Amino acid sequence: MSNELAPLSDPGLPAHVHRKADIDPVAEKRAEQQVAVLFAISAFGTLLFIYSYLFIDTESFVFIPVMGNTNAHQLGLGMGLAIALLGIGFGAVHWAKTLMSDTEVIAERHEMRSEDADRDAFVASVKERSEVAGLGRRSLIKRTLGLSVGLVGISPILLLGDLGPLPGKSLEETNWRRGTRLVTDPGDRPIKPADLEVGAVAQVLPELRPGQKRTLNDIAKDAVLLIRLRTEEFQLDAERLSWTYEGIIAFSKICSHMGCAVALYEQTTKHLLCPCHQSTFDVTRAAKVIFGPSARPLPQLAITVDADGNLMAQKPFNEAVGPSYWERS
Amino acid sequence: MSAKERVAGNVANYVDERTGSAKWLKKNLNKVFPDHWSFMLGEIALYSFVILLLSGTFLTFWFDPSMEHVVYKGSYQPLKDVEMSAAYASALNISFDVRGGLLMRQIHHWAALIFIAAIVVHLLRVFFTGAFRKPREFNWILGVGLLTLAIVEGFLGYSLPDDLLSGTGVRIAHAIIQAIPVVGTYLSFFAFGGAFPSEIFIPRIYVVHILLIPGIMLALITVHLMLVWYQKHTQYPGPGRTEKNVVGYPLMPVYMAKAGGFFFIVFGVTALLGATASINPLWLYGPYTPGQVTAGSQPDWYMGWLDGLVRMAPPWETYAFGYTISWNILIPALIVPGIIFTGMALYPFIESWITGDKREHHILDRPRNVPNRTALGAMSITFIIVSLINGGNDLIATHFDLSINQIMWGTRIGIIVLPPLAFVITKRICLSLQRADRELVLHGRETGRLVMLPHGEFVEVHEELTPEKKWLLTQHEQAAPIELELVDQAGVRNPKTFRAKLQARFSAANAEAVAKPTAQDLKQLENEHH
Amino acid sequence: MKFLSKYRRHKFATPMLIVIALSTLGFTFSAATASPAKSELAASAKSTLIAEGKEIFLKGCSSCHGLNGEGASIAPSLIGVGAASVDFQVGTGRMPMADMSQQAMRKAPLYTEEETAALAAYVATLAPGPASITNEEITWERDGSTAEGGELFRNNCAMCHNFAGQGGALTKGKYAPTVMGVEPKHIYEAMITGPQAMPVFSDKTITPEEKLSIIKWIKSAESEPNLGGASLGRVGPVTEGLLVWTFGLGLLVAISVWLTAKSR
Repeated sequence: MSNELAPLSDPGLPAHVHRKADIDPVAEKRAEQQVAVLFAISAFGTLLFIYSYLFIDTESFVFIPVMGNTNAHQLGLGMGLAIALLGIGFGAVHWAKTLMSDTEVIAERHEMRSEDADRDAFVASVKERSEVAGLGRRSLIKRTLGLSVGLVGISPILLLGDLGPLPGKSLEETNWRRGTRLVTDPGDRPIKPADLEVGAVAQVLPELRPGQKRTLNDIAKDAVLLIRLRTEEFQLDAERLSWTYEGIIAFSKICSHMGCAVALYEQTTKHLLCPCHQSTFDVTRAAKVIFGPSARPLPQLAITVDADGNLMAQKPFNEAVGPSYWERS
Repeated sequence: MSAKERVAGNVANYVDERTGSAKWLKKNLNKVFPDHWSFMLGEIALYSFVILLLSGTFLTFWFDPSMEHVVYKGSYQPLKDVEMSAAYASALNISFDVRGGLLMRQIHHWAALIFIAAIVVHLLRVFFTGAFRKPREFNWILGVGLLTLAIVEGFLGYSLPDDLLSGTGVRIAHAIIQAIPVVGTYLSFFAFGGAFPSEIFIPRIYVVHILLIPGIMLALITVHLMLVWYQKHTQYPGPGRTEKNVVGYPLMPVYMAKAGGFFFIVFGVTALLGATASINPLWLYGPYTPGQVTAGSQPDWYMGWLDGLVRMAPPWETYAFGYTISWNILIPALIVPGIIFTGMALYPFIESWITGDKREHHILDRPRNVPNRTALGAMSITFIIVSLINGGNDLIATHFDLSINQIMWGTRIGIIVLPPLAFVITKRICLSLQRADRELVLHGRETGRLVMLPHGEFVEVHEELTPEKKWLLTQHEQAAPIELELVDQAGVRNPKTFRAKLQARFSAANAEAVAKPTAQDLKQLENEHH
Repeated sequence: MKFLSKYRRHKFATPMLIVIALSTLGFTFSAATASPAKSELAASAKSTLIAEGKEIFLKGCSSCHGLNGEGASIAPSLIGVGAASVDFQVGTGRMPMADMSQQAMRKAPLYTEEETAALAAYVATLAPGPASITNEEITWERDGSTAEGGELFRNNCAMCHNFAGQGGALTKGKYAPTVMGVEPKHIYEAMITGPQAMPVFSDKTITPEEKLSIIKWIKSAESEPNLGGASLGRVGPVTEGLLVWTFGLGLLVAISVWLTAKSR
């Protein structure tokens, strides 16, 4: 197999070199003292820990270079613990390195494989014992055994059935309906178009219905970003343009890629950036994706004003908000 | 006999009469362990795991894994009366109103980061030295399994406090589950008990994080260590070291003192980090709500490469018959990692197929002597580093005045171009090192001393290597490539022609090496010089 | 001469030469790019403030922003931006822009406070716009709420400026700068004028009281000591990971090497 003719031979373990502590009793004593000092330092560390825990006020701060103003209680506890542990560790290792015998020992390795005799005995034994069970002969037992064991495994899986509801249509629905007013987040104040200057953004949510409490689940679908541009800056078709109002355009704030909140609006470029994976959306073109991994634009919410002049939704979103999923058409 | 010896003897007798442990202890207290710093990397991981168990248990005494809405009434004023989940509030409570709580939280989190870093360097050591070869293939698979579990465990762990940063990470994990074709929405609704974020996710992952995964890991680590114990540790090549022995120090007292001491050192360094460096400042992130996000959202480093892959993925989705397949999520988050980890797990078998080597190995390889494997490792590391860089592209952009768009494109191209480049460069370096070794053995070490010969010529004095060094540089095997056998001696055609051809091709590439000098070569050289 | 020949072959000769060369280069560069000397303005009445503002404008701003502030391809129009914009841009040193890169950087202001006020007064006459604010008018300490400010900051600002106000990346090399170490009035003015890429935060969507709360939270975060130790930049897991691989694992590997090394 190999292409070597006569390899160089193994010269064997090199001669043992003695350490200073092995031959010189002064060096040995010094090493002992060093180990003792390390253990003593550890004890000091524990004392520091106890002192910090009991006597340093949790609200006291101390200035340390590089770290700035730091909590003294936390620092005392931590340094005390660190010193206590490091002292023991370094002490033990230094003891082993300098004082314990460092003559290398050789032990034999045996091949992992068992002896042939043992193997044969094992095989014979297994064969004999399987005969006693007689599974090979008793096919009726074998088949019904398989059936029962297989079936019983289904039961625990079935028990997981109530882990969660079926998705149903819930992924397609939000709280935005025709006539739902847009309100500020936080604050729940209705918004009039004049409230927004050109270049302004606002975080909005749908107005709560009477008696409704807003949950995080609601926010995860309903969060919307309002942006005001000049109408002439839009590059939209007629339908999408009709979803805007006097230069104000609304998008779902939930990224169409993986669901982070998209609200980094660049006023100069009219781009929206998602900070998670850098998907970039062009607001003037209905949040079309111009960079990054997102495959779909952000859903646009059609808005207009109600009788009082407050911004409201014309209708629900025309598509599901948030990340994609198999059933999403 | 002193009093101490008598007491010790009584105790030993008591235990032995009930367990028969004297025989077993006698054998194992003398067990020999080779001593090399690279063998301690796995220990760093092991001790970090113990630290995680200890500090984690402390944290469980105060942490409340409930997503119930509460109003904060603790001592951190900037969050006074803010609405948040009970989990977040209890994490704040640990940080500010439990003495030593913040220290333990930080030790726990630093230990987790060190744990996985240590696993990775340990894995690299085992890979580059070929310690995964027979009989240790199963141990390698256990290791890859432990790495996977550790990554998941870490993710679940830092998601427990329900803060803005980790909640964003959970959002992304949810999107990955949801993107799975056919069953995605069902799986995500089952995992979360409904739509995102739900009120039951944190309590569920709490049990997984403190019981299920640590339990499985403890079992796997035990088997992992038992195998090392039983199969005996591998050793580096050198004088006196053979496939049939182990050279090192006995368990008691040297190894116990060094390994035991090292546990305290690892714990001490982790405590030092926990004392002096802030990690995961929950109170600044604020509680999680799906309408908020922070600039510079990244997962912990061991998932940063996944984040980088997701960021650089092309925006591909296909729509057919009313269904959507999000390749832009599936490829970087599930398919590519799946291929990587499966490939990693199966590697010992792939390599033994390529080399045709079915023997036991207990002597480690020097990486330069296995250039293909080393180059493959370098290629994998390059892949991970490029994706890690993209995972932090926004922070790199702000810090170094670059553009995220340029970095993204750079890494998109880099991840395809750089790994093969790394492979080629590393392989060539390995072969050069082999050549250098050969020169050293044949001609000795260049001392830098110049001598003028009587006839005026200047020569550099070469010092011959010691026999020990010569042995080290030539003890490795250089196997010939597997012959392609299309027709065997009896004239029967090989039914697996494609596989055989593939194997011969890989084997030939794998066997490329600089021939090591033999005793004949040396003799020849000596004769020439004299 | 004797000195030179004596130390010509000294082992520190080359390092010294390098230090001297670098220092010379550095000082020359600093001198060449130093801001021009600030001109002094005599105290003037309000009516002449506008006139002086116009004078400064023509000298230092019109080359990019046009003689009447109408803007050009390289600089936007200043008509309608209001005194607040000028107070912010000039007061934080962003204007005049040092180099025409992606965005204006905060730096030491070129003009004094009086000159800035004059410029602001002049630009305010171009068209109605947001008025500038003084720090005394911003009663954030009295009227703001830190906790509410934090919630508002995370909702409206953290996605660009990061959870601790350390700043973040935008597209194509732009960035949202850190909000630490910024005067309260400048924070307020930035919110109402939306400088460069930053959007405008109208007073109806974030009320003036809410803006005060945001400022109060920012100041609280700024003065908050590092509660857990060195803050590592308050930018999240990236720096934490870097520390683990260098100081954490690196230290432990170094200790492993020591541990297994043969003692002398």
